[in-house]
Amino acid sequence: MSLLQANDIYGGYGGADILNGASVRVEDNEIVVIIGANGAGKSTLMKAVFGLLHVRSGQVLYRGEDITNRKPEQMVGRGIAYVPQEHNVFPSLTVEENLEMGAFAIKGDLRPRLEKVFSVFPRLRERRRQDAGLMSGGERQMVAMGRALMIDPKLLMLDEPTAGLSPRLIDDTFERIREIRSLGIGVLMVEQNAKQALGVADRGYVLATGANRFEDTGKNLLDNREVAEMFLGG
Amino acid sequence: MTDVYILIELLQLSIYGIVLGSILTLGAIGVSMIFGILRFAHFAHGDLITVGAYVGMGFLMMTHAPVWTALPAGMIGAAIVAVLIDQTVYKRIRRTQPVILLISSFGIGLILRSLVQVIWGPNVYSFPGGIQRPWMVWELAIIPNHLWILLAAVVIVTALHLFLTRTRIGKAMRAMSDNMDLALVTGIPAERVIMITWLLGGALAAGAGVLLGMDSRLTPTMGWNILLPVFAAAIVGGIGRPYGAIAGGMLIGLAMEISTLFLEPSYKPAVAFLIMVAVLIVRPQGIFKGAW
Repeated sequence: MSLLQANDIYGGYGGADILNGASVRVEDNEIVVIIGANGAGKSTLMKAVFGLLHVRSGQVLYRGEDITNRKPEQMVGRGIAYVPQEHNVFPSLTVEENLEMGAFAIKGDLRPRLEKVFSVFPRLRERRRQDAGLMSGGERQMVAMGRALMIDPKLLMLDEPTAGLSPRLIDDTFERIREIRSLGIGVLMVEQNAKQALGVADRGYVLATGANRFEDTGKNLLDNREVAEMFLGG
Repeated sequence: MTDVYILIELLQLSIYGIVLGSILTLGAIGVSMIFGILRFAHFAHGDLITVGAYVGMGFLMMTHAPVWTALPAGMIGAAIVAVLIDQTVYKRIRRTQPVILLISSFGIGLILRSLVQVIWGPNVYSFPGGIQRPWMVWELAIIPNHLWILLAAVVIVTALHLFLTRTRIGKAMRAMSDNMDLALVTGIPAERVIMITWLLGGALAAGAGVLLGMDSRLTPTMGWNILLPVFAAAIVGGIGRPYGAIAGGMLIGLAMEISTLFLEPSYKPAVAFLIMVAVLIVRPQGIFKGAW
């Protein structure tokens, strides 16, 4: 049984559908990347899966359970964490408080969870008392991903985790994502840096006008000439 | 000679200003918190202040308990009233435009004011204790009640600060005020946080009401009458930022009292209004940097 399976998703923001039958599947311990041109519906698909956008038709299954159009709160309760692309930290809260908010629903001692996040992002330990709003873009991304890891998710959904980062930080972020997978977490991400993303991904999807165009292993997609011409700059 | 006289007068007015500032602060923090989390200007806040004062006094009349118990009694009463209003009225229109909430809160204010008149009548009340003899410190007259008011305000604000920085739900309030969408995807239970916000907002308003009642008298319009300076304090401090409201409250309180050196006391609300307008024109985000 797949960790996540979204089948034939149709939906949009009230007007015309943006998603026209998109499907995506994530297995345990797998990094899956969604690429595609601007406006192809990548982020929209993520939001639809996470219940932030009404799915008009189609089905989202999590470990076989139908979670279509559930509230984000219920998604988090099931072990699905989502990191939006922008405004993904609470600026007036400290790093530690941001992380604590990630585990709001969890009773008991948060320290073991904090330690786990700090082991993936050691920089956050040094900065734990700093307001997240005063941090650099790269550090904020760490806070955002760390916040999502606080629930010990089974599935981590990242919307363009490397957007606006310097090349060095982009490498570093993909390295962290690999590390996150090694913790036993499935990762579903949307990426603009398609080449690098496919490099770390186990499997990838190419979305066009809200539907699947290609679907293959990361390596095969990198080698696919059509995909290369369209999205990887030749 | 005249210089010393002016200095004494200035210091004396500053004491009054700090006392008024403490009262305004308690109201303004609530207005600011509610705006930060629910994104609307709560116009019934003045009347919530009145309700708190009258509940406190009603408690004293029923129980003949010591005067200070009016404060916790009023705070509990107004907190419950605030939550009830939210659950029965505001909750239903939570997802509409802010202006609808604003107008509704105006209506709620009228209802509260009228209820106070229906229950306690239009008469003027005072807390027991009568007229106090001021202590003379140097040339300054210090009214014992003023010290108590300041002390109570400091205790309440400190308790709130600890709540917002030490408890998970307090931090969640700050988080929701920072970014509502992110709070939702993070799994923060919005309705629970909103309920706590009203509990605190109501309690703080009652704090302002009881202390205002101790400083002067209770009338059904007491809260409505200070709504303008309360909003001025919240805006000067940067609306949505409860900590700014403390400074805003003090600034407005001091300015209102010190203005009586040159102006008729009846212009005090106008002074608050002027500062509010000036801040809105020059620095609409409030006089401070950063959030909260």
